[in-house]
Amino acid sequence: MSTQVKFVQGNEACVEGALYAGLDFFAGYPITPSTEIAELLSRRLPMAGGKFIQMEDEIASMAAIIGASLTGHKVMTATSGPGFSLMQEALGYAVMAEIPCVITNVQRGGPSTGIPTHGSQGDVMQARWGTHGDHAIIALTASNHQDVFAMTIEAFNMAETYRTPVILLFDEIVGHMREKLEVPEPGEIPLVERLRTSVKGGVNYHPYLPREDGRLPMSDFGDVHRYNVTGLYHDMWGFPSSDPDVVHGLIRHLVDKIENRTNLLARYKEHHLEDAEIVMVSYGSAARSALHVVKNRRLRGERLGLLELQTLWPFPKDIVREKCANAEAVVVVELNMGQVMQEVKKAVDFPERVFLANRIDGVFITPMDIRKLLRLIQGKGV
Amino acid sequence: MSTHDYLRQRFFPHMWCPGCGHGTVLNSLLRAVEQLGMSKNEIVMASGIGCSSRISGYVDFHTLHTLHGRALAFATGVKLSKPELNVIVPMGDGDALAIGGNHFIHACRRNIDITAIVMNNRIYGMTGGQFSPMSGVGINATTAPFSNIDREFDVVKMATAAGATFVARSTTFHAQQATDLIKQAILHEGFSVVEILSQCPTHFGRKNKLGAAADMMQHYKDITVPIGSSKKKDNPDLIERGIFVQEEAPEYCREYDKIIEQAMKG
Repeated sequence: MSTQVKFVQGNEACVEGALYAGLDFFAGYPITPSTEIAELLSRRLPMAGGKFIQMEDEIASMAAIIGASLTGHKVMTATSGPGFSLMQEALGYAVMAEIPCVITNVQRGGPSTGIPTHGSQGDVMQARWGTHGDHAIIALTASNHQDVFAMTIEAFNMAETYRTPVILLFDEIVGHMREKLEVPEPGEIPLVERLRTSVKGGVNYHPYLPREDGRLPMSDFGDVHRYNVTGLYHDMWGFPSSDPDVVHGLIRHLVDKIENRTNLLARYKEHHLEDAEIVMVSYGSAARSALHVVKNRRLRGERLGLLELQTLWPFPKDIVREKCANAEAVVVVELNMGQVMQEVKKAVDFPERVFLANRIDGVFITPMDIRKLLRLIQGKGV
Repeated sequence: MSTHDYLRQRFFPHMWCPGCGHGTVLNSLLRAVEQLGMSKNEIVMASGIGCSSRISGYVDFHTLHTLHGRALAFATGVKLSKPELNVIVPMGDGDALAIGGNHFIHACRRNIDITAIVMNNRIYGMTGGQFSPMSGVGINATTAPFSNIDREFDVVKMATAAGATFVARSTTFHAQQATDLIKQAILHEGFSVVEILSQCPTHFGRKNKLGAAADMMQHYKDITVPIGSSKKKDNPDLIERGIFVQEEAPEYCREYDKIIEQAMKG
């Protein structure tokens, strides 16, 4: 099989990426604008011997993929704002019990039912802090279909490597837009497979004892190792414990395994950053308009650059700080009220020179919208 | 193997109160598993949150202690992804029918081969005695200080209406019957529900002046009759024990295998 060229929706690019990565179990519930992912997988998964189930709600969908991950499968669910809210309880369970799984959120406008058929990037903070309690999380995003495909594969690889849920934070605009996608030959993009324990059996297998390299080998339910999985604080066998040392050790492990690898987990793209006087920071669909402005202004000799973030969490603060260090101004372009802008302000040495170019009316931000803000920053008047 | 071999004895003593019926249910469950000669590696026990749900920590199976009310949804993922596993879900009455009511009826409807054991003590024990959807009118609870006005569910009728293909009921007084019913439920191919009335002397009994654990178990003997007993005609308030539903219907995982077969043909 050679590289396949397709003309697809962003949601379909996500499906292609998931299947390429080895997805073989999906549970979901219909919701705009992510439904195409479920529809496509209900057909594609059984064709490849995998399984699809439509659950009674998003709570159950998230629970079902955790159950299926424990039997050794690569799993995913897909949803949008309201469904993502319902998934938060079990998402926290997956963090605590260290279950590899991928949650795709094709963002729409919120809060509540909001504006289901229009794009938004309003769930950045929900991805970070939606579930209760201190924790770390990985969230990835993409601005075009080739990157949706690539980031979906990255999500599965990171989920397996770090035994953690990974959130794919796409948006309605990328999800429903059609453009070209090249699906490479199998094997061309490296995949991370489930790391299984080499312990032969008995109580010598510790499902929650990290190896020296930090990875935690798993054992599939049904195999010879019988262990406990719980959302309670637990010891290395998975048994509930309220011993302060155990509790402290586990929360540190859960946070450190991700936060200490912030730079390693950072995925981003640089567009004309080398001499940029104004650096735009953007991600997802909004980055498309930002890139358009950069390319246009470069033709006129203006020094504009774009830092396109693909890893949103853990927030790549060192990289943002470094790439913005020489900028006169930083413009964050996003479809919310400044959720990433606040993180950028925290990251850079000059928060007073960080500006927000945004739209919050359900309409995609245009290059013209960004240009208006640039005129103000550059003192050219409205 | 003896029933002890199925326990994780290093995690005893258990956390249930003296006189709690849940230990008797655990006993019935392990005897059923032993009599069926099942291997520990082929059983997954998924549970939610509450006193009943702590069962999963004590048994030497693959155990999944999940979220309040969600155990059947986790179990559905386990079962569909690996149908050769036997999946047993012990649940409390609040766990199964309040917060987990939606998952419960949909698991019944799907007829996926999972065994749900509803340990019905008519109270939220772990949080200290609040009324549950099974408490019923007139019961006293910490959240019903002037007596409860919430009407109760009938688990058997609800499971039957929702499409479960095996539905049975027993009590902790009738431990041998409970063992037999759990055995048949595990053997049944499809979604099976076994309701076991289980006493909570600490909260339900004390608040409602029902005496000690032994008195409450005696009460189960007095208020229940085998299905079809003539006593029920004279006293319609008696609760029937036994198998209410036992029918063959397409099982979800097997039906999905047919979908795969069809899809792979192209």
